[in-house]
Amino acid sequence: MDIESIKQDFPILKQRVNDEPLTYLDSAATAQMPTPVLKAIEHYYQHDHANVHRGTHTLAQRATAAYETARQKTAAFINASQAEEIVFTRSTTESINWIAQGLSELIKPNDAIVVTIMEHHSNLVPWQQLAKRTGAELRLVGLNDRQELDLNDAARKIDSRTKVVAIAHVSNVLGVVNPILKIGAMAHQVGACLVVDGAQAAPHLPVDVQALDADFYAFSGHKMMAPTGIGVLYGKMAWLNRLCPSQFGGEMIDQVAQQTATFKPVPWRFEAGTPNISGAIALGAAIDYLSQFGMRAIAEHEQELAAYAIPKLLAIDGLTLYGPQDRHTGVLAFNLAGIHPHDAATALDLEGVAVRAGHHCAQPLMDYLGVNATLRASLYLYNDQKDVDRLIDAIKATKEFFENGFEQA
Amino acid sequence: MGLSKLNYLYRTLVLEHASHPHHQGKLLDATAQITLHNPTCGDTINLAVRIDDDKISDLKFTGSGCTISQASASMMGDVLIGKSVSDAQQLIQAFSNLVIGQKISAQAQEQLQDAAILGSVAQFPARIKCAALAWHAAQAILEEN
Repeated sequence: MDIESIKQDFPILKQRVNDEPLTYLDSAATAQMPTPVLKAIEHYYQHDHANVHRGTHTLAQRATAAYETARQKTAAFINASQAEEIVFTRSTTESINWIAQGLSELIKPNDAIVVTIMEHHSNLVPWQQLAKRTGAELRLVGLNDRQELDLNDAARKIDSRTKVVAIAHVSNVLGVVNPILKIGAMAHQVGACLVVDGAQAAPHLPVDVQALDADFYAFSGHKMMAPTGIGVLYGKMAWLNRLCPSQFGGEMIDQVAQQTATFKPVPWRFEAGTPNISGAIALGAAIDYLSQFGMRAIAEHEQELAAYAIPKLLAIDGLTLYGPQDRHTGVLAFNLAGIHPHDAATALDLEGVAVRAGHHCAQPLMDYLGVNATLRASLYLYNDQKDVDRLIDAIKATKEFFENGFEQA
Repeated sequence: MGLSKLNYLYRTLVLEHASHPHHQGKLLDATAQITLHNPTCGDTINLAVRIDDDKISDLKFTGSGCTISQASASMMGDVLIGKSVSDAQQLIQAFSNLVIGQKISAQAQEQLQDAAILGSVAQFPARIKCAALAWHAAQAILEEN
């Protein structure tokens, strides 16, 4: 892949930040948008903007067609068996909240919900709340000494009382790809529902929800080059048909009388009110953009870049890298001995290197790792070895500053 | 080089306070205490204060955080110990104004002692919360009393 040419598709990357060229290494938080996606949004608002599923005029028909085409593209992108298994939401968080809300009636006080210690809050707090509402037990699967998911612990915690197993496909801190097939087999063997949080996976590697045998799969548009405010909830049709809508009102109804209402079929029954039409269309454009390279090639590029970065990071005295040390996706969380991540992130920012510092919305994992926060550099399609080199140089300069004082900086 | 701008934020005084913080530890005879978290980053401060006859007679803090938050808590102790509750509240307000880039009086500037140097954090908006955490804790305690 010609990354130099790919970079040209991202106008935002051409700017200078703090008088330095921008090196954007925070794509796990949100990814940048390429020109074709920006143009798709502009085109929609300049030519096709109308409400969907309710107008009879030409613009309404065009908007509806574009919105439903985006649903089909999304279904194809993750190999759903039909477009109707794709519900457009606001975000991964909203998708998981809807699942947790919709499963409420299936969960009884003696049941168990199993998540993992590496979940970000979006795939933990909704389950905490569901457990609280229903009296079910919430169990967290731990890590092994390689900081990967402990499958023995999973086997202990997924038992006949388990009704839901909710797990990240890729950790937003440890950078590991979780063994969804193995966990799914454990879940399905006891009749539990498998919910996969794909926020860090769908943008970065090939996802086949049928091959994964996921009952639900959730991800966000903004982490895969689409705008914020558009998310995806995939569900097997049989599961979606069991979910009660969480929101009611316009657009999702079939017939409404004074005291009663009936609802549209799945997926439209879940999309109450005017949806994020331009967001969905832009997500379709982002899928087109990513698909021209192929998700396998994108995953390989990120893994090669991570393999280039990891030895350079580990060679820095006092640097601790979290997650397995030998294989990683493009998510690289680390700490520098004696330097708080916020201080380091400010220093890196002054060098034009944008990384995230904090708990990454994964506080239980931070506790488990024995830290309050970490730095996190996250890679994407538009990053290259020069970006990694700038990160390494900036880390070394930051260490020099904080270890030897500002006179020598 | 971009890092040269760090000198502005991390002056000797800030680094000195962060590496050798004043008033760090537990206050056994505290009359009020509070634990505050910075939810965006996970930093924590536990602030304990002893108030006698409407005067802050002692103050100590524990917790974890970045250089700016630790230095700020250290500097704050120097400022607030010995002050009346109402004077302390005025100085907390002055500090809050300072770190968001507002001008404060020369007198307040002087009374803030070393903490006045944290006015430079206004140039680093992402770090204002770090500087303000301890002062928010003190404000919450004084409002309760």
